[in-house]
This record gives sequence, C-alpha cells and structure tokens, in this order.
Amino acid sequence: MSFTTEILLSALVLIGAVFTLIGSLSLVRFKDFYTRLHGPTKATTLGVGCLLIASSVFFSVTGEGLSLHEILVTLFLFITAPISAHLLAKAALHLGLR
Amino acid sequence: MLSSALILAFALVGIAFGLSFFRLVRGPTAPDRILALDTLYINAIALLILLGIHLCSPLYFEAALLIALMGFVGTVALAKFLLRGDIIE
Repeated sequence: MSFTTEILLSALVLIGAVFTLIGSLSLVRFKDFYTRLHGPTKATTLGVGCLLIASSVFFSVTGEGLSLHEILVTLFLFITAPISAHLLAKAALHLGLR
Repeated sequence: MLSSALILAFALVGIAFGLSFFRLVRGPTAPDRILALDTLYINAIALLILLGIHLCSPLYFEAALLIALMGFVGTVALAKFLLRGDIIE
C-alpha cells in the first residue's frame, strides 16, 4: 500500500468515526425528541458512508480486484434511514410529544 | 499510520456507543429509546467495519449487512407498535 493511499484511508476512517461520535453526542445533548431525531442521521449517512468508502478502498488495494460489497450496505442504509426516521416522527406525533 | 488511526477510530466509536446507550437507559419517552436503539445498531455497523479493516478480513461485511437488515426491521416494528398498538394487523 502506498503512502498516499494510507493517508487517504486514515483520513476517511477518522472522519467517519468523528461523524459517528457527533451523531451520538447530539442524541445526548439536544433538548427534545424532534431535535434529537436529526442528529443520528448524520452518523448514518456521513459516518458510516465514509467508513464504507474507506473499507472499499482498503480491500480494493490489498485484496484481489475491485471490492464492491460495501456498496450494498451503503445503499441499504441510505434507503432505510429516512423510512425509519419518518416512522419514528409519526409515532412521536401520535403520542403527542411536545 | 493506518493502525493508529484505526485505534483512535475504535475509541471514538466506542464513546459514541456509550453515549447512545446512556440515551437508551435514560430516555424519557419510548420514541427516544427506539431512536437510541437505532443509533446503537448504526454504531455496531461502524465498529464491525472498523474490525474488518483492522483484521484484514472481508467476512465482517456479511455481519454488518445482517445487522443493518435486522435493525431496520426492529425499528419499523417498534415504531409501528407505538403507532397502532399492534405490529401485524
């Protein structure tokens, strides 16, 4: 693995981990449910997205050939995150949370 | 360099795990707890991907994909239960 690839991988891994941390931190720090709902979305899309790109690059460089199964996880998460957020908001409205 | 970045990332995701677990235990209402559970499975996926890079093994994606599937089904079922009082009508 070349030095440039290693720098790129380290940056992607760190950015992903920091965004995951920010998502959970917003879950603890925000005041009510509807503001809390928007924090973990960043953890899903940016955090796990960056980590999956990093692992895709890593296994493409070290293993044999292009590695694309990570796209499956990314695609699934990107499709399902808005659906679950929508259902949670609907449930909270139904319960009458302020 | 990548190994030290990975260790730092493990620590950060571990802290994130602890924070969402705190909201899961503490959360004043039921939707808060469901949201915390949703975030916990996202964190578990992140941790599994990091472990896969750390151990140089592509086996861990299968586990990450399974957690993503089951976590989504669990979240939808719990939200549906809050919404309708029943899961399958």
